[in-house]
Amino acid sequence: MTDVTDEIAAEKSEIQALADRQYQYGFSSDFEADVVPRGLNEDIIRLISSKKDEPEWLLEWRLQAYRAWLEMTMPDWQMFHLDPIDFQDIIYYAAPKAKPSLESMDEVDPEMREMFDKLGISLTEQKRLSGVAVDAVVDSASVATTFRKQLAEVGVIFCSFSAAVRDHPDLVRKYLGSVVPFRDNYFAALNSAVFSDGSFCFIPKGVKCPMELSTYFRMNQADTGQFERTLIVAEEGASVSYLEGCTAPQRDNNQLHAAVVEILAMDDANVKYSTVQNWYPGDAEGRGGIHNFVTKRGKALENAKISWTQVETGSAITWKYPSVILSGDNSVGEFYSVALTTNHQWADTGTKMTHIGKNTTSTIVSKGISTHVAQQVYRGLVKIMRSAEGARNHTQCDSLLIGGKSGAHTLPYIEVKNSSAQVEHEAYTSKIGEDQLFYCRQRGISEEDAVSMIVHGFCRDVFKELPMEYVVEARNLLNMKLEGSVG
Amino acid sequence: MNLLEIEGLTATINGKQILKGLDLALPAGQVHAIMGPNGAGKSTLANVLAGREDYEVSGSVRLDGEDLLTMAPEERAVAGLFLAFQHPVEIPGVGNSYFLRTALNAVRSARGEDPLDAMDFMAYTKERMALVEMDASFLGRSVNEGFSGGERKRNEILQMAILEPRMAILDETDSGLDIDAVRIVAHGANTLRAPDRSMLVITHHQRLLDELVPDVVHVLAEGRIVRSGGPDLAKELEASGYARLELEGAR
Repeated sequence: MTDVTDEIAAEKSEIQALADRQYQYGFSSDFEADVVPRGLNEDIIRLISSKKDEPEWLLEWRLQAYRAWLEMTMPDWQMFHLDPIDFQDIIYYAAPKAKPSLESMDEVDPEMREMFDKLGISLTEQKRLSGVAVDAVVDSASVATTFRKQLAEVGVIFCSFSAAVRDHPDLVRKYLGSVVPFRDNYFAALNSAVFSDGSFCFIPKGVKCPMELSTYFRMNQADTGQFERTLIVAEEGASVSYLEGCTAPQRDNNQLHAAVVEILAMDDANVKYSTVQNWYPGDAEGRGGIHNFVTKRGKALENAKISWTQVETGSAITWKYPSVILSGDNSVGEFYSVALTTNHQWADTGTKMTHIGKNTTSTIVSKGISTHVAQQVYRGLVKIMRSAEGARNHTQCDSLLIGGKSGAHTLPYIEVKNSSAQVEHEAYTSKIGEDQLFYCRQRGISEEDAVSMIVHGFCRDVFKELPMEYVVEARNLLNMKLEGSVG
Repeated sequence: MNLLEIEGLTATINGKQILKGLDLALPAGQVHAIMGPNGAGKSTLANVLAGREDYEVSGSVRLDGEDLLTMAPEERAVAGLFLAFQHPVEIPGVGNSYFLRTALNAVRSARGEDPLDAMDFMAYTKERMALVEMDASFLGRSVNEGFSGGERKRNEILQMAILEPRMAILDETDSGLDIDAVRIVAHGANTLRAPDRSMLVITHHQRLLDELVPDVVHVLAEGRIVRSGGPDLAKELEASGYARLELEGAR
């Protein structure tokens, strides 16, 4: 009866959409924060590292990253306009003042708990959807991780990055930077130097993680950047489904979010990573909003599968390419994306699939929707190396324009060095058809509902990849953002 | 009493006048056919009645006494006006059942009725699908996506059966269909004839009207109704063509 469940979910989201008109997560909360001085230099990095009581090797790694970053330059190939970023005007570490480690959720600061309740994320385990464990990250620090005990019983480690450094230093040391080295790119280097917290997830050999894992990121402090780091390691035959959600208060200046996500899927492992991104997008005139510049990459060994699903509705600028290195034979990489940009938002997103192993397969489905004067770029690279005998890729990337001033650009790059490879690329751009709208309205469906229906239909191939609990959330977000986009 | 009353209706698109003062009265419970040569304005009439916004329109159209021309398309729909499209569009990714139920609940809400939930809707719909010989698998497909011409037209009649409009306009529902499909469509429409429901059937062909026998046949030429008569008029036209009538209309 999935069709019925699907319909009920859609119905709920419609009711919700009436209640939510603007960015509803724009409030900011007042709790005491531990903030380092503005600006960036080696002393700041040492300060961050010492606040977190880090081992020497990690400080050294940060400093190396920082020195590498100093010699790098900002990329300039992007299509959107970006004012120079004053890296000395950012606060690199802001952590809510709280007890350093929490034994139970009852110890979470009431102010903090109230903030998460407002966000619809309950940190109280009894109230949580069963089957989803949450790591809550506020500004630079993880404040709570639920279900740790239950997960530990099956050997799954799911905790904040800081806790992982403290409790599992060998694992962190072994895998940190193994998929995204700090020299990888400008923002990855910056992140490596100043990253403060994030999530760490380790699924041991043969274990199927018994629940969804999720990290909820919240930026609260003004003028801070958020530089979190997520590291997911699935050993041989392990599997996990992971979800990331994000919001931030409404502020007039741009805030930088430069995260790194690394996934390692060993032989026969399966990792599914889903993102519902709703950072503050700026106001209708394009003031403020988050600059979401993120490096996400996975490495799949033999027979392993890594699947990225993203629903990107927030941020003034979204700039990221969740990618998969298909290094093992028969490994599989997937990228499913819906990006919705409204008003002055920009999204320059896509993926890179690097085929190294034999008979590797990748699938890319990208759906871009632009309204008002918003713009989008799909930028994707499918690279078939000489060794990738029998590699296959299928790419479909579609754009839907609502209103006359929005735009869509498709930049697919294909490099094939093995003649046995099969690479297919399909793309189309369409405007929401007058005929489709009229057809719906002739059946009694209002124009706004008709637009929402057509857009949801357009996104269906991606939504069906999301975990069920998040389909409703994704639809809500889309409806909320589509309000007022016609007429 | 007349369910639909059209007086002096004109419609202009891109500076070209297509309807030039059309008058038509359609009593409740009757089926009227509109025939006429290509370019006479038949589909324009259907589109203007349904509220397509591409036309400049003047004159008066009343549905059950209400001024139709000031209503938005969705308002006309919930007031009981239904258009079976000549070219039904595809809406990829939108399930037929979801689309139909959303439409039905919009209409029900306008009538002051409670919305149907997914289960009740299924029961209600399956019964009506038999009318146009459609099987259940069709509900799981996307709206018109990959439908054959015949399936699309049957889907239009199914929607009519589900929405139960008071005033249905069938715009060349028979065009492009083979004889069997015409029979299915005509059977569906015939079954939906009711004392409080009127139909305006736009067609080029006598064969639809053999099955769906109209009370009155109108000939539309040069943007006006130039002649009206009983079912025999359609047969006469099939034999002699429109040329003579157009001359009469021009006078």
